[in-house]
Formats: sequence, C-alpha cells, structure tokens
Amino acid sequence: MSDQSTGSGGAPEERVPAMQRLLDNPFLLLFMGVASPAVLYLIWGVMELSQIPLSP
Amino acid sequence: MAITPPQNRLWWKEPLSGVEITWIGVAFIWGLVMFGTMVSWHFVGKQNLSNETYRIDPNAFGEKVEAMTERYQVREEGDTGVPVVRPPPGSDIYMLSRLWEWWPVLELEKDQTYRLHLSSMDWQHGFSLQPQNINVQVHPGYDMVLTITPDKSGEYAVVCNEFCGIGHHTMVGKIHVVDKK
Amino acid sequence: MAVDTQAPSRGFIGASYRTCPETGLKVCSQAEALIKVNAVVAVVFLAVGGLFGLMVALTRWPAVHLLPADWFYLLLTAHGADVLLFWIVFFEVAVLYFASAIILNCRLAAPKFAWLAFVLMVVGAVLANIAVLQGESSVMFTSYVPMQAAPHFYLGLIVFAVGTLIAVFCFFGTLVIAKEEGSYEGSVPLVTFGAITAAIIAVFTLASGAIILIPTFLWSVGYISHIDPLMYKIIWWGMGHSSQQINVSAQVAIWYAVAAMLLGAKPLSEKVSRMAFLMYILFLQLASAHHLLVEPGVSSEWKIFNTSYALYLAVLGSMIHGMSIPGAMEAAQRRNGFNNGMFEWLRKAPWSNPAFSGTVLSIVIFGFLGGITGVIMGTEQLNLIMHNTLYVPGHFHATVVGGTTLAFMAITYLLVPLIFRREIVFKKIAQWQPYVFGAGIAGISLFMMGAGTLGVARRHWDIGFADAAMSFDYPATAFLMMGLNGIAAICAALGGLMFVLVVVASVFFGKQRTAESIAAFPTLPKTGSAETVTSYGSESHVKLPGTIVLVSVFFVAFVLYYYVNWKYLSEVWPLS
Ligand code: HEM
Ligand SMILES: [Cu+2]
Ligand SMILES: [Cu+2]
Repeated sequence: MSDQSTGSGGAPEERVPAMQRLLDNPFLLLFMGVASPAVLYLIWGVMELSQIPLSP
Repeated sequence: MAITPPQNRLWWKEPLSGVEITWIGVAFIWGLVMFGTMVSWHFVGKQNLSNETYRIDPNAFGEKVEAMTERYQVREEGDTGVPVVRPPPGSDIYMLSRLWEWWPVLELEKDQTYRLHLSSMDWQHGFSLQPQNINVQVHPGYDMVLTITPDKSGEYAVVCNEFCGIGHHTMVGKIHVVDKK
Repeated sequence: MAVDTQAPSRGFIGASYRTCPETGLKVCSQAEALIKVNAVVAVVFLAVGGLFGLMVALTRWPAVHLLPADWFYLLLTAHGADVLLFWIVFFEVAVLYFASAIILNCRLAAPKFAWLAFVLMVVGAVLANIAVLQGESSVMFTSYVPMQAAPHFYLGLIVFAVGTLIAVFCFFGTLVIAKEEGSYEGSVPLVTFGAITAAIIAVFTLASGAIILIPTFLWSVGYISHIDPLMYKIIWWGMGHSSQQINVSAQVAIWYAVAAMLLGAKPLSEKVSRMAFLMYILFLQLASAHHLLVEPGVSSEWKIFNTSYALYLAVLGSMIHGMSIPGAMEAAQRRNGFNNGMFEWLRKAPWSNPAFSGTVLSIVIFGFLGGITGVIMGTEQLNLIMHNTLYVPGHFHATVVGGTTLAFMAITYLLVPLIFRREIVFKKIAQWQPYVFGAGIAGISLFMMGAGTLGVARRHWDIGFADAAMSFDYPATAFLMMGLNGIAAICAALGGLMFVLVVVASVFFGKQRTAESIAAFPTLPKTGSAETVTSYGSESHVKLPGTIVLVSVFFVAFVLYYYVNWKYLSEVWPLS
C-alpha cells in the first residue's frame, strides 16, 4: 500500500487492475446487467414457450 | 467510509481477512449444495413436475373433459350436482377450471397412478389441493399434465388460489381418494 | 439526457449550491428539492397504501371480516400498487439522487428532465389509483391476463414507468458529470456503487415493463386480440420481481450508508462488497423465475438455472453483505472503544436512534425472515407446497416491508435533518417507531407464513367458503393464525402511523436546524474512527468474534429450515 498518489500529482501510477476498472465503469456494468437476464431469463424462457407442442 | 470514495486508490489489491474468505467459501459451497439438492430431487425425489404441457384450445379441452365425464360418471355431488367421475387407474383424467368451479369431481384409487390434465376455460386459476397443500398454476390454452399417485385415502378439496374475480373465494372442487374395493 | 453536461466544469450557470454545515458537502439545490418532493410523495403513498393494508388484514381476520368482497379485492389491488410500486419507487428515486448528486458532491444532471420525471410519475400513479378506485380494475397489481383492467390502469403504470426511466437516466447522467468535473477522486463510494446496482436493475425492470404493458394496454383498448398468459407472466415478472431486486440493492446501500454515517463504519473490504454487488447486477434478476416454478410450459432446466440465480451466486452476494455490514459495524464500534467481550459493541450501539435501530431491524428481519424463506420458496420443488398460499405474502412482507420499507424509514430520520434541515419532532415517538413497526411486520410475516404452511390461499376473501357449492375446512390453527395476523397488522399500522406523523410534523412544523442545534445534536456523531483508522491491510483488521457468532446462527437457521421444508415436501402425494 505504498502507492498513495491520487492522480493529481502526475507521478507514475501503478496500473489499475482490470477487475477494478470493470467495477468503475457503470455503463459496462449496465450492459452486462441488462444482457444477462435478457438472454438467460427472457429469451431462453420465451423460446421454451414457443416450443410447446400442440395437443395431440 | 462507505459514503466516501475508497481511501486506497488501488482497493482491488487489498488483502482479504481470514474471516471473510471463510464466510465466502461457506456461502459458496452452501449455494452449490442447494443447487445440487434441487437437481438431485429430480432423480431421487418423488415430487417433481413433469414438464409435460400442450397447447390446446379451451373448447377442445372442454370436449375431452366431457367425454371422460360421460364415460365414467358414477354419481353427483354438492349443491349444484357436479358429476363425480371414477376413471380407471392409469388413465388420462381431466379437471377443468372456470369461473368459478372445478369440474368434475374425481374419484381415484389409492396408490394408483393417473395422468391428470389441468387447464382453464377462461382466466387463470390456482389448483390448490388441500389439505395436501400441492399448488400449481392453471392457464387457459395450456394443458398441463401431472402424473399423480395419491398415497393416502380421504376427501380432498381443490381450492382456487389464483385470484379470478369476485367469485374467487367460492371456487372449491373435490377429489376423493378411496381404497381399492 | 446529456444535453447540459457540457457546461464548464464547476460554476456552470444555473446550478446553485449550499454547503452542508454537518458534512461539508456541497449540496446541489435542484437535487435537494427533488429529493424532498420525491420523498414526500413517497410517504403519502405509504400512508394511503398502509391504511389499505390494515383494512385488508382486518378483512382476513375471520372474526372481524371488515370489508365486503368487492371492496376487499379492490383495496388489495390498491394496496399492492400504492406500497409496492409507488411508495418504494418514489423513495428510490430520492435515494438515487442522494447517492449521486449529494454523495458525489456534484450537480444533478438535467434537472428539467428530473422534474419531468417526477410529474410523469405522479400523473401515472394517480391515474392508476383512479382506475382502481373506480372499481373496474380490481385485477391485483399483477393484472394477469386474460383478466382485464380498464385501459387507464395500464396507461397509468406505463406513464409511471416512463417517468421512472427518465429519473434513472438523470442518475446515470449525474455520474458522468461527477466524473468529468472531478467532483470525487478514484472510485465512487460504495453506497453510490450500490445505487448504481439498483439503477442498472431498474433499467432491465422498466424495459421488461414496457415490453409487456404496452401491448397489454393496446389489448385493453381493442387493438390487439390476444395476449398469451404465459408470455405475459414471464415478461411481467421480469419487471415485477426485478423491481424487488432494485429494492434489495437500494436497501443494502442504505445499510452501508447508515452504518457509515452513525458509527463511522467502513466496509471491511471494498473489493468483497463490490463483488457482492456485481453478483446482484449479473444474476439477481434471474430470480424472476420464482414466480413461474409451478407454471406449465417452462422446463425444469430453465426453472432451476434461473431460480437459483445461476448456482446461487446472488445469494452468495447477499450472504456477503450480511456478514460485511455487521462486521463493519463491529469493527467500527471496537475502534470506538467498545471492546469488551463478544457483544459490548452491539449492546452499546445507539439503540435509541431510530436511524440505527431501524437499520438493524431491517437487516435482521430481511435476513432471517425474508431471505431464508425467499430462497426456500424459490426452490423448484419446494414451491409446490407454497405457491400462491399466504406463505408468499408472509415472505415478502419480511423482505419489502421489514427489509426495504424499514431501511427507507431509517434513513429518513437522517434525511430530515440533513436535507430538509429540520429537527425531528416527537423524539420519543420516533425512538419507538422502528420497534413498533418492526414487531408488527415480523408478526404479520410469521403469521401469514404460518397460515400458508397450513394451505391458506392468498388474495382470498373467505377462508370459511360460506358461499361455495362445496365445503372445505382449513384447520382451526389457520383461523387462529389469521386472527393473530390481524393483531400484528394493527401493531404494524400503528408503527406506520407513528412514522408518518413524525415525518410530516418534522418536515412541516419542525424547528429549522441552527448552528447551535447542530453542535448540540449532530446528525452524524463524531465517531473519530473514520479518520484515524489506518489504510487497509491485514494489520488493521480487528477481530470480529461477535459477527462470527451472528452469521453462524444465521447459517444454522438457514440450513435447518431448508431441510425441514424438504421433509414437508417428501410427505405429499408423489407426482412426476
Ligand atoms: C401496515 C402495514 C401493512 C399491512 C398490515 C399489510 C398487510 C397485508 C395483507 C394482509 C395483505 C394481503 C394478503 C393476501 O390476502 O393475499 C397484503 C398484501 C400485500 N402487501 Fe401488505 N401490508 C402492509 C404494508 C405493506 C407494504 C409497506 C408493502 C410494500 C412495500 C406491502 C406490500 C404488499 C403487497 C405487494 C401485497 C400483495 C398484493 C397482492 O396480492 O396483489 N404491504 N398486505
Ligand atoms: Cu379460480
Ligand atoms: Cu380464484
């Protein structure tokens, strides 16, 4: 935890880890948070409904 | 604090305490156990839904119910004279729901298996078998098939537990389970 | 929405600020005004909807049986809509503005749109209420097709949803402004991150709502001939259940906020808490499948995967918050000097401060009553013995009332002095309010769940079946449960009334906060811990024996009750 520069100093900074950058990006998260249920819940679910067979 | 930005710019690199790691591990494993329980009940458990469903026109469903009723009716029951039907074990049996009744009354033999078809003629209804407390949703236009094996004899009520209008609380049907004669 | 985000950073024309004397934060006056109006309207809907709830509960008390059937179903519809949608969402919009503009120390994006959002939401909510009270739309707030409501019922909900969506965009716009103008450094605070989670879930929620409500509206006016009931249900619950997940995220954010504001608690680990929120973003919304577990036409694969939030990863998120919030409180209290034994930190906590007690009760009721039962009901097969019984309302009164509503009440006790800048009046009533409300709600949850275990149907006017052609008698215990539920409902309603009384009286008649009163009764006590703790790292981790005991008790209760229910299930008729 030696690195305490906060960006204004201009000192060479340690790269922000990828996972932290993801969590700092609300719009990427927004995309993921809408895509996940849209595919796994809605689209998959509606596909199943559309495949219900007619009564013999 | 939680209402100020993290003090440490690279908070991702902070180490975790042992308590946290342990709790995360416990919670994760418990999640897998619950997931596994649900999946394995399909193999070892006796109470599962069949996933067998067909699209059906409500009138077509109504005709099937009528046909069964005509064939196997044994008597009438209740203030309104609902037919009581005793179809042979192993057969396809039907119960329809409509505003505001379950029709007809079924009489089944204990420990025999039946293929019970449920559908609605109008709105959604809730099939709530009491006092067993087995509850499934009934839709118009869909024929849901449950393979049931009543294992206790007695008189069972079918209460409607999906709100279906002003007569909802008067919608009660019956299933009798009788010992083999 | 980004129209005026291009204004020169800081001093742009039109944005006026005051500096908060208690926190030193810059408070955007537009954000402040919008927080006020949204919160006030929210409380109005809580008061109205809560009254309806009491009347519904008194009707379900067989010995009282207050309302006739048509009024019962009408007011039950209004109760669901007013509290679940309108109270909660108006308040949530206030929380979003607070967590963005106020906490990030910046101006609100597009205030004109935020006002438009507010107006649309009010119009929509009033329209839907009119439709219900006119009596042609007693369809329950779920409005399952093919049962049909009056067109303006659906229209009201659509207008309300559009308004909410605009408000959510204003929130995202504010995040952009804050970043561009550099009003904070590094990453957003955890509370804001929780609000981001809520807002993301809100986008999916509102999109699902639009997909299903617009065709349903067209169907009600005759442009569309048929809406498939299963299709409706899948998409409707994409909205209906996801909206509950907005509540969960917002309420967890509030738990963190109150712990920070009152105790100086800081998250044990930013990383862990944010990953827990990420689990919410990715998986929480899948649980909309909870409502389709005994439906025809969807496969067990779909049901199991979705109902388990993809292998219970979102439950993992909740369990993480469930330990990291008490853990953060314990750590803060121990640093504040309450270091004796296992639980001195808890005993010496500010229990007479309703913001604190409300938060703790919210955590406990949500976790023990709401959370555990939710996971159990959301188990594919276990749902068979619970679906549409009173167990369901029992469960969600623990989550959305004991959890969310109580958390919102708790933070209101901080918003009144900070945002409305008024003293809380009737301090004694305020002090008792969370306990009275919490006890009542815990009561109605438990008694409704008890009745549900005995098979009693939800949304049902007469469990005696007096007018039915065939008879059935629920066990006598079920009637007892419904009576106890009525008594608990009176207690809950009293707690609700106390809240409304304190808030309305404080906001409209409370004394203005002055420098002296701020010094004498600071809203945010100086705990000293926030500044003094060292940076993160293992050396600064305190031991948390109390939290370990608490989460262990929780875990044991969870596991036991889970398997008890499998035992119940195994006793019913075999079906396959
Ligand atoms: C004084 C406080 C309250 C009391 C006494 C109360 C009581 C009740 C009762 C007895 C029911 C009917 C259960 C049934 O017959 O199916 C009900 C339903 C419901 N309540 Fe409450 N409630 C209260 C507050 C709230 C709050 C604050 C919320 C939301 C934040 C809420 C959300 C709901 C919902 C969504 C329903 C379901 C409506 C439906 O089935 O369509 N309640 N409540
Ligand atoms: Cu019905
Ligand atoms: Cu019904």
